[in-house]
Amino acid sequence: MSRADVRGEPVGESEGAAPSAVPEPGTARAPGPLWSLGLLRSELLTTFRRWRTLALLGVLAAVPVLVGIAVKIETSDGSPVGGGGGGGQGPAFISQVSNNGLFLVFTALAATLPFFLPMAIGVVAGDAIAGESSAGTLRYLLVAPAGRSRLLLTKYATVIAFCLAATLVVVVSALAVGALLFPVGDLITISGTRITYAEGLGRALLIALVVAASLVGIAALGLFVSTLTGSGIAAMATTVGLLITVQILDQIPQLDALQPYFFSHYWLSFADVMREPVYWDDLVKNLGLQALYAAVFGSAAWARFTTKDITA
Amino acid sequence: MAEVSVTEQERPDRDRADDAVIATRGLTKRYRGGQLAVDGLDLTVPAGSVFGFLGPNGSGKTTTIRMLMGLIEPTSGSARVLGLPMPRASRAVLPRVGALIEGPALYGFLSGRDNLLRYDAADPTADPRTRRERVAAALDRVGLAAAGGKKAKAYSLGMKQRLGLAAALLQPRRLLVLDEPTNGLDPQGMREIRSLVRELASDGTTVFLSSHLLDEIEQVCTHAAVMAQGRLITQGAVADLAAGARGRLVVTTPDAGEAARVLKEQGAADVVVDGDRVTAEPPERDLAEVNAALVAARVRVRGFGLERASLEDAFVALTGEGFDVAG
Repeated sequence: MSRADVRGEPVGESEGAAPSAVPEPGTARAPGPLWSLGLLRSELLTTFRRWRTLALLGVLAAVPVLVGIAVKIETSDGSPVGGGGGGGQGPAFISQVSNNGLFLVFTALAATLPFFLPMAIGVVAGDAIAGESSAGTLRYLLVAPAGRSRLLLTKYATVIAFCLAATLVVVVSALAVGALLFPVGDLITISGTRITYAEGLGRALLIALVVAASLVGIAALGLFVSTLTGSGIAAMATTVGLLITVQILDQIPQLDALQPYFFSHYWLSFADVMREPVYWDDLVKNLGLQALYAAVFGSAAWARFTTKDITA
Repeated sequence: MAEVSVTEQERPDRDRADDAVIATRGLTKRYRGGQLAVDGLDLTVPAGSVFGFLGPNGSGKTTTIRMLMGLIEPTSGSARVLGLPMPRASRAVLPRVGALIEGPALYGFLSGRDNLLRYDAADPTADPRTRRERVAAALDRVGLAAAGGKKAKAYSLGMKQRLGLAAALLQPRRLLVLDEPTNGLDPQGMREIRSLVRELASDGTTVFLSSHLLDEIEQVCTHAAVMAQGRLITQGAVADLAAGARGRLVVTTPDAGEAARVLKEQGAADVVVDGDRVTAEPPERDLAEVNAALVAARVRVRGFGLERASLEDAFVALTGEGFDVAG
C-alpha cells in the first residue's frame, strides 16, 4: 500500500534533524500484515472482559432456563402448552418443547430475538466508539495510532463477534436445559416431516447463524449512532430506543408499505429453516436487508468517524 | 513580539524549518460554534529541545496539541510533525510520538499492565513479540512495576498519570507530547517526572510539555512558547524570555523613605516602598555606586540585591494579566 511505501523515505529525510548521537528511535518497524488481527484480538479481549458484556450474556443464558422451567411446570400435568396454537407472531415451537428438548432452542431464540438479543447488541454497538470517547481512551487509541478506518472495522467485527456469541449463548443454554428437562430424539419439522436429532442439531446451528446474521443490521445502526455522540450511555439508549420504535412501527398495519424496510421485519423468518424443504424466500430477504443496513450505516459511520474532530 | 530564534544562532548552517520537530504555519481552528480556539499559530519546536507550552486555561493549548496529533482537523494553516504533514501522515508520524493528552484515560476494569498491552496493540509498528517486555519496562520506568497487576480503577490520580506516561514510553520516541504531566502528583512524584523528562531529553528525545506551572517550565524547559486567547504571544529560549523582563532592585532597610529618595536621585524608576522593602527598576549605572550612595546618605542597608526576573514576570509583562485568568 502507498502509505507503507511512503514511510521509509520521510524517516530518512528527517533523520538529519535528530541529534546525531541518538540511535534513531522509532525507525518504525513495518507493521506485520497480521497487525489488524492483533488489534482485533485486543478489542475482543477488552469487550469480553467487561462486566457489562458478561452480564448481558448471563441474562441471555437465563432466558432458556426460565422458558424451560415454565414449560416444564405448565406441562407437568400432561397438558399441552398454550393449547398448541401460538397464533400471534411467534412460531408455534413452544408447544413442541415438552415433546423434544431441541425445540427449546427455537423457542428461546424466538423469545429473545425481538428484544433481548438486539438490545444486547445495541448496548455493545452503541458503546463501541462513544464509550471509548467518553472514557477518553479513544484519543489514545487514535494517537497510538490505530487508524480510524481500521479501528472502526475492528469495532464492527467485534460487535458481529458479539452477535454470534450472544446467539450461541442462547442456543447452548437452551440445548443444555432442553436436554436436561425434556426428552430428546427425532423431531418433526413445521412441515410435518420427521428428521433425525443429528439433523435437527444441524438445523439449530444453521438457525443460530441466521439469527446472528439478523443482528448485523442493528449492529451497524448502533455503530453509526455511536460515532455521533461522545456519550456511551446516550448511544446505547438511542440504539435501544430505535429498536423499540421500529418494533412498534412494525406492528402498525397502516405502515405495511414501509415495514419490509424495517431491519426487524423478517427476523422471525428463521423458523423457515425448520420447514421441509427449507423455505428460503424470507430468509434471503432478511439477509439482503441486513446487508443493506450494514452497507448504509457502515458507510455513514465511516464517513462520520473518519472526519470527526476528537475533542474528548 | 518578535520570535527569538535560538536555533539559528546556535546552528547557522541549518535551515530552521528542517530542524524543527514541530512546525506550524498559520494554524487556525474555529469550532462549529464560531469560537476561534487557535488563531494563526506559527510554532517552531527545535529538535532536541524541552519545549514548554504555556498559557492560561482556555488559551488554545490543548486544541493545538490535538491538531498536532491529528485528532482535530485544522480550519486553515498547516502543521508538520517530524517533518511530515499532519494529520495526513498520522500513520508514519504517530508511532514515533508518545503522547499524554489532557490527562490519562484508562480502562478501569483492566489492570495497569493490560491497559498498556491494549494501547501497544493499537500501534501498528509495535512488535507483538516484545510487547510484554516493553510494557514491563515502561511500568518500571514510571515506578509502577509493583502496581502493574492492580485494576486501573483502583489507581490514585498520580498512579493514573504515571500509567499514562508509561503508555507514552512504550516505544522509543522521537517526540514526547506531555500535556500537564505532573497534574495530580505529589511533590515527590513531580520531582520524579521532571527528572524523567530530563533523562529522556538527554537521550535526544524532544519533549513538548504543556503546563500551567511556570516554575516547572523554568526548571525543565530549554525553550518555551506562551499562548493567550488562541494566539502565540512569544516563543524562544527560556533564558531569553525571562531576560526580556528586567529584574528589580530590592533594598531592605529601616530607613525606607530616605532610601527611596536616594534611589530616585540615582536614576531608579518605579520606586515602590513596602514596609522596610524598597523596590525599583535598576538604574543604568553600576549598582555598587547606588549602594555607596545609599550608605553615604546614612541609610542603614540590611539587604541590597537584584531580584532575577522569573518567567512569571515575563508572562505578566507579555500578557498584561495574571496567569490564571482564563482567556
